[in-house]
Amino acid sequence: MTGSFWRYTLLIAGKDLRIEGKSREVLYTMGFSAALVVLVFSFALSNATDPAQGPITAAGVLWAATLFTGTVALARVLDRERENEAIRALLLSPAPRAAIYAGKLLAVSLLMLAVEGVLVVLVGLLFSAEVFAHPGWLALVLLLGTLGFAATGVVFSAALLRSRNREALLGALLFPVVIPVLLAASRATACMFDPLAPDLEPVAFWVRFLLATDVIYILLGLWVFEPVVSGE
Amino acid sequence: MSDRHLRVARVCKSYGRQRALVDVSLEFVPGRVTAIVGPNGAGKTTLLGILSTLVRPTAGEIRLGDEPLGHRARQTIGYVGHEPGVYPDLSARQNLRLFAALYALSSAEERIATMLERVDLADVRIDLPTRAYSRGMLQRLALARALLHEPEILLFDEPSSALDPTGVRWLVGELRREREAGRLVILVTHDLEAASAVAGHLVVIRRGRVTLDRAQPAGFPAAEVRALYEEALRDR
Amino acid sequence: MNLPPALSLPTMPTAPAPTSTRFLAACGGAFLLLFLACLAVAEAPLESVMGLVQKIFYFHVPCAWLLMLSTLVCAGGSIAYLFRGSERGDRIALSAAELGVLFGMCVLVSGPLWAKAAWGVYWQWEARLTSSLLLWLMLVAYVLARRYGGTSARRLAAALALFAAVDIPLVYFSVRFFRSIHPQTTVVSTLGPGMRGAFWLSLLSFTGLWFVLMSLRLAVENAQARIVELEVLLDQAEEKKS
Repeated sequence: MTGSFWRYTLLIAGKDLRIEGKSREVLYTMGFSAALVVLVFSFALSNATDPAQGPITAAGVLWAATLFTGTVALARVLDRERENEAIRALLLSPAPRAAIYAGKLLAVSLLMLAVEGVLVVLVGLLFSAEVFAHPGWLALVLLLGTLGFAATGVVFSAALLRSRNREALLGALLFPVVIPVLLAASRATACMFDPLAPDLEPVAFWVRFLLATDVIYILLGLWVFEPVVSGE
Repeated sequence: MSDRHLRVARVCKSYGRQRALVDVSLEFVPGRVTAIVGPNGAGKTTLLGILSTLVRPTAGEIRLGDEPLGHRARQTIGYVGHEPGVYPDLSARQNLRLFAALYALSSAEERIATMLERVDLADVRIDLPTRAYSRGMLQRLALARALLHEPEILLFDEPSSALDPTGVRWLVGELRREREAGRLVILVTHDLEAASAVAGHLVVIRRGRVTLDRAQPAGFPAAEVRALYEEALRDR
Repeated sequence: MNLPPALSLPTMPTAPAPTSTRFLAACGGAFLLLFLACLAVAEAPLESVMGLVQKIFYFHVPCAWLLMLSTLVCAGGSIAYLFRGSERGDRIALSAAELGVLFGMCVLVSGPLWAKAAWGVYWQWEARLTSSLLLWLMLVAYVLARRYGGTSARRLAAALALFAAVDIPLVYFSVRFFRSIHPQTTVVSTLGPGMRGAFWLSLLSFTGLWFVLMSLRLAVENAQARIVELEVLLDQAEEKKS
């Protein structure tokens, strides 16, 4: 039973990633837009040169740009299903809904992580932040923050699939829910970027917090995805 | 050994304040094409949604043979809507490979090759994404997708709506062929001509209710279909 | 008009109608409680440090409690709706969400008023304030989704309600895990005897008010559902006649 669940998850994630990978259009456009966001922030905040604010600003910008990236990734992976009503064919197959959710979650997360790699370097350059001081912790925080965002994003994007006000509503619905995740992730990141921080205790705390939040959000998403995405 | 009839018993479906289907009872038989006709908004698509297990009825039950129709039945249901239900960025083969994997088919490549031959898409350039296909080609691919896993039940939702006359003729031929193969075929359509060409069972739905349910193994001449349809719609 | 007998219908809504004696008695009881609570609060001893301003506490905390209660009830109704197609659950969820928005506004207005007097700032981005604001925003989003979400609005909003409910523990326990200037959650047990009575009375009467408002709101929703049922019955009767 669990074997087939993972088979379906990987099948669906693989399908989405293959589609995105084929044209690579999405990676380039997503990456470019996200980079532009970082540049805009860098420019807008360039006069606030209080050095103590440096790590906090850098972390904030990184996660704001990630949020933006995530919204685009969600749009690609979920909206794609609307074309030709492919989603109906997918739902009609024996694939368990939870596996469809997990597959989409995986695909969105991987797309986001790919772009985040570039963002980290960019933020390091533009904000002179010590982004590679703690690479292991950073990778972990990026992963957990991304998963938390994607876990809720997939649910809401799927629910909005047939809605007219899709773009306007997605932000309104998604952002309040993911702010705790973003908050935790940017606090942890700020601590990591700060050369003057005494220890990484706050990072450890926020990582635990993110882990708990992710587990809750993913379980909730697995549970709620089926009624939300099937026809009433 | 039970028969594999699809029985709908007193099914109702409400969406909040709207009643889409009220007290619908029907029986569908393998080896026969049932044409479901009716005005727009009558509830035909809702009924098809319920028959395909995507929509849960508010009341009533549906059985395939002995068992209630549940998600396990998805393995044996094929669906062709007026949208083709294939991924535009993948080629025909890639799409069919995906669906073969979703339906856990063994010897998928053979099956895919056979289906592509069958719907006359075998000669299309291998890596061409289906985005580039014409409407007719998409519909043929949709049929290949629906038949790939050899379903017992075939559901069609207005399949001829965007097809030209050649396309419609092809569709009617395919419907006949599946009927001969012993499949249980349900066709929701506005096209009374197409319905009369293949149907052995005619159902008229109006405002969520069944106003006509007639089976004629010998079929329905076009004029009769039209007359029955008009009569079933008349305010009594 | 003769209605056909014994047609099997989905359950008719059963909340008490706004004019029934039972309901009026409940209203009366709730308002009496509120009145008593006001008296108790006025009589309660002044807190040593803050003086009169501290008495916002008797209003602020019950409203915060009701914000959470509304979220929980909304989530419960949403679960019933999503997983069992319960229309009644959906009506309860909507009514609770609206009350949550209302009492949330009370919290978010009374809090800063107190904060300005107590801490010198109207707002601080610390865990509990932030989480309360977020919870309120999610309930606002719920109501917006219901109104403007289009066809799948109800399911979407229901999913949102569940995520909002998960935010509640964040609200309550964040104060424990993250140093903040917000009063610790255990402040209630440290209240002096005169204050404790007033506080619990206040809490109780606000909860009574919540139930009254829920009943009224639900009655509106139930009445609308009832109208639809009657329309259907009428329809069926006409079909049978012809």
